[in-house]
Amino acid sequence: MSKLLLIVTIAGERVALPAEAVESVVELDTLIHVPRAAPHIAGLSALRSRVLTVIDCMRSLDLGVTDCSDEIREAAVVELDGHVYALIVDLVEDVVEALSEPQPVRAAMGPGWERVSLGMVETEQGPMLLVDVAALVAGVEAKAA
Amino acid sequence: MDDLISEFIAECREMLEALGGEVVAWEATPNDRARLDSIFRFVHTVKGNCGFFDFPRLEALSHAAEDTLAEVRAGRRQADSALVSAVLAIIDRISEMVAALEAGDEIVSGDDTLLIQALEPSTEVLSPTVAAPVGDMQAKVAAPRTIRLSVELLDRLMSGVSDMVLARNELARRLREAPNDVPVDGAFERLSSIIADMRDSITRTRMQRIENLFVALPRLVRDLSADLGKQVLVDIEGGDVELDREMIEMIRDPLTHIIRNAVDHGIETPAERLKAGKREIGLLIVSARQSGNQILIAIQDDGRGINGKRLVEKAISAGLVKKSEAADLSKREQLALIFEAGLSTASQVTAVSGRGVGMDVVRSNIERIGGIVEVDSSVGEGTRMTLRVPLTLTIIPALTVSVAGQSFAIPRSAIDEIVRANGASVTLERLGGAGVATIRGRRVPEIALAEVLGLESDVPDEERSLVVLRPAGADVYALAVDRIHDHEELVVKPAAPAIMATGLYAGTTLADDGSPILLFDPAGIAKVGGVKLEAQDRAARIADQPTAAVVDDTQVLLFRGLDGGRRAMRLAVVDRIEEVPSASVRPGAGQLRVQLGETILPLAGVNGDLPAEKIRLFRMSDGTREIGYAFREVIDLSVVGSEILAAMAPGEVSGVTLVSGEPAELVDAHWLFANFAGTANVPTEQLICRLPADDPWMQNMLRPIVEAAGYRVVSDVEDVEADLAILPETFNQGVAAARTIRLRSEPDPLSEKDETIYRYDRAALLTALKSASAGRR
Repeated sequence: MSKLLLIVTIAGERVALPAEAVESVVELDTLIHVPRAAPHIAGLSALRSRVLTVIDCMRSLDLGVTDCSDEIREAAVVELDGHVYALIVDLVEDVVEALSEPQPVRAAMGPGWERVSLGMVETEQGPMLLVDVAALVAGVEAKAA
Repeated sequence: MDDLISEFIAECREMLEALGGEVVAWEATPNDRARLDSIFRFVHTVKGNCGFFDFPRLEALSHAAEDTLAEVRAGRRQADSALVSAVLAIIDRISEMVAALEAGDEIVSGDDTLLIQALEPSTEVLSPTVAAPVGDMQAKVAAPRTIRLSVELLDRLMSGVSDMVLARNELARRLREAPNDVPVDGAFERLSSIIADMRDSITRTRMQRIENLFVALPRLVRDLSADLGKQVLVDIEGGDVELDREMIEMIRDPLTHIIRNAVDHGIETPAERLKAGKREIGLLIVSARQSGNQILIAIQDDGRGINGKRLVEKAISAGLVKKSEAADLSKREQLALIFEAGLSTASQVTAVSGRGVGMDVVRSNIERIGGIVEVDSSVGEGTRMTLRVPLTLTIIPALTVSVAGQSFAIPRSAIDEIVRANGASVTLERLGGAGVATIRGRRVPEIALAEVLGLESDVPDEERSLVVLRPAGADVYALAVDRIHDHEELVVKPAAPAIMATGLYAGTTLADDGSPILLFDPAGIAKVGGVKLEAQDRAARIADQPTAAVVDDTQVLLFRGLDGGRRAMRLAVVDRIEEVPSASVRPGAGQLRVQLGETILPLAGVNGDLPAEKIRLFRMSDGTREIGYAFREVIDLSVVGSEILAAMAPGEVSGVTLVSGEPAELVDAHWLFANFAGTANVPTEQLICRLPADDPWMQNMLRPIVEAAGYRVVSDVEDVEADLAILPETFNQGVAAARTIRLRSEPDPLSEKDETIYRYDRAALLTALKSASAGRR
């Protein structure tokens, strides 16, 4: 039984998130800013009665800032250590089946991607980078600390 | 009592279920320390509770098992298979008895000596399964009146209801946009109120007043102290603090252990206490209060305290610390040794406590819910244990404020007062870039919230409001916010680690409209804002003194009395404002009295009809006694000058003055206390002093001093024999008195012969007052 993957686009790159980690995909509208929090914390939002901590994935990868001001953003909801996070992505595409176990990527990746990589998986749509959700949530500062 | 027993049974069953696997595993590896500890804790808990409930058979069994296991823990015995099976047999017997109790049967008397003997090291392995019949195991288990639900289920219910509230809000918005349809609106209204009710009750299922936990304590202490031949008085405070139900369950055992230890080891016997120069009766204070994002439960006794040095010696002999390390331990670290497993300060093992179990269990239980236990003790003076448990999932009253258009919540418990930055009694200054606010003569550091948060605020400094905060410590600071909104009751949840890392927030919560709000941690804001909290308090007090000495303006609360009269009350005598149901006002012992929680106060100010439902009152204190003063509404906080037209005769109103451009009657707090706070022992032979009745300065400023010196004050025309008259130097009429003191208004005397006293020379005045009274006696 192979694992399911959620294909999303972050910073123009198509990557895979482990589907079992993703609770749901939501559209965020309101976003409450958290002053003085780490830069990749885009703010807080509410999903029904739960408070979501919204993570700006681009910022977390140190690849730029997602513009959250104008439109409704798509986000993948994940739960980690009892806290619920929403990962802002450019686009949520599809759910596909993983055809292989993650393999180490031997080519040199961009600095942001290296930190969150769990390896490369084969899919029907070609090889995909499998992203570590916890590393995305921790953000780029966690590595420095 | 039945409730307590069913609690005990439920607890035993839970522990037995959890223990099921452990017991088997322990049998396989008798040297497994962790398993040994958990079995030991079980028998210890059973033993403790049995003493309380009077189940002698259970107690004998568990005590025997505990003794044996303690030997093993101390390394004096090896856990061989004979010992293991003997202990297991005892656990089986205990579970049979618990089952019998659960079915509502008495524990039949039976013989357990064989089981207990099996624990002895020398004994041949007896068949431990020879069990006396405990009761008909087939007996129907009595139908439970309560059920136990998992907190998780309650959480799901709660979030379901919250979602319903949000869906209702959405529907309400849609309905407002749609054309009016009366039947639909009616149905919606009904739905709304049902949802609101449901939300209330679901919320209540999780919350409990900590009183529920405290209510069993007096009995526990009474029984313990009776067993030990001690006298202990329990004082319980703060029972109305609300705590998550799960939290209360988690605190119950640790609290019981600590109290047991305090009574057993802390408080001495009456004879020892007398010898040490203390009262025979020991005092045990259990208090709960909310402090920032934590609930603090303190258990304080005035017993013999903990000897840190002896703890260290014990710890060394038990192999917990190395000798070389021991010398470096601070006093705090020494005391913290009592939380180590296998260490006990009691020199004698008693039936109540004292085998080094308990405190380690206490710490692990509290830490499991994210709390901490602190101990502070001085030898001979007593011990104070403080449990700090997190606020998470508790409902806290909060004030919502906004800055730069974003709302935040501040826990109300930390708020001292709220003032407007442009108010009459407030000045803002900047010293080397740091903000200092002077609020009624008190200097407090000021922080602009917008700066701390790095937000741009378009509200100018002087239009902000200052929230004076008192974080967990005792020091205050003022936080400037753009706008104050509302009081709300919020269910606070922990925020994600990345948000907590800022140090500014205590958690997140959802406002009524479903949007997330951040709750501030007042101590964290002070820290990030760079306020030094420690040294602040003294400086604040020093700034207070000079202003108090030269004050000519008096802060007053302007309010409307029950009769509609516009009155003013000196702010200093008002402790706080309370609101109570009108039903709690009733006549008693010759005057009206009002019940405020646990206390009953004399009630003044009832000069009109009482409002039908709720009555508001000032709670006033003169330092030792308290009275209440009923009023209709507070108009404003204001200042009166010294131009007061004194009343013709002493009474509730001492005079009339202009406050905010309109006349107001100034209430005479002194008269209120004299007439309402119970007839104090007024000396029969009181000295009499005349003061001109129409001199406002004398009546308002001088009179309290004269009265404090023991004089009865009369007016200059009243027909009595006066011992003393105090007059302004310009007062020309003759006044009959044995002695006269004249006051001048200039600091320097006009000539050498001038015998007048400067009217603000307090020392000279008091000397004159004293010598006049000495002349009489």
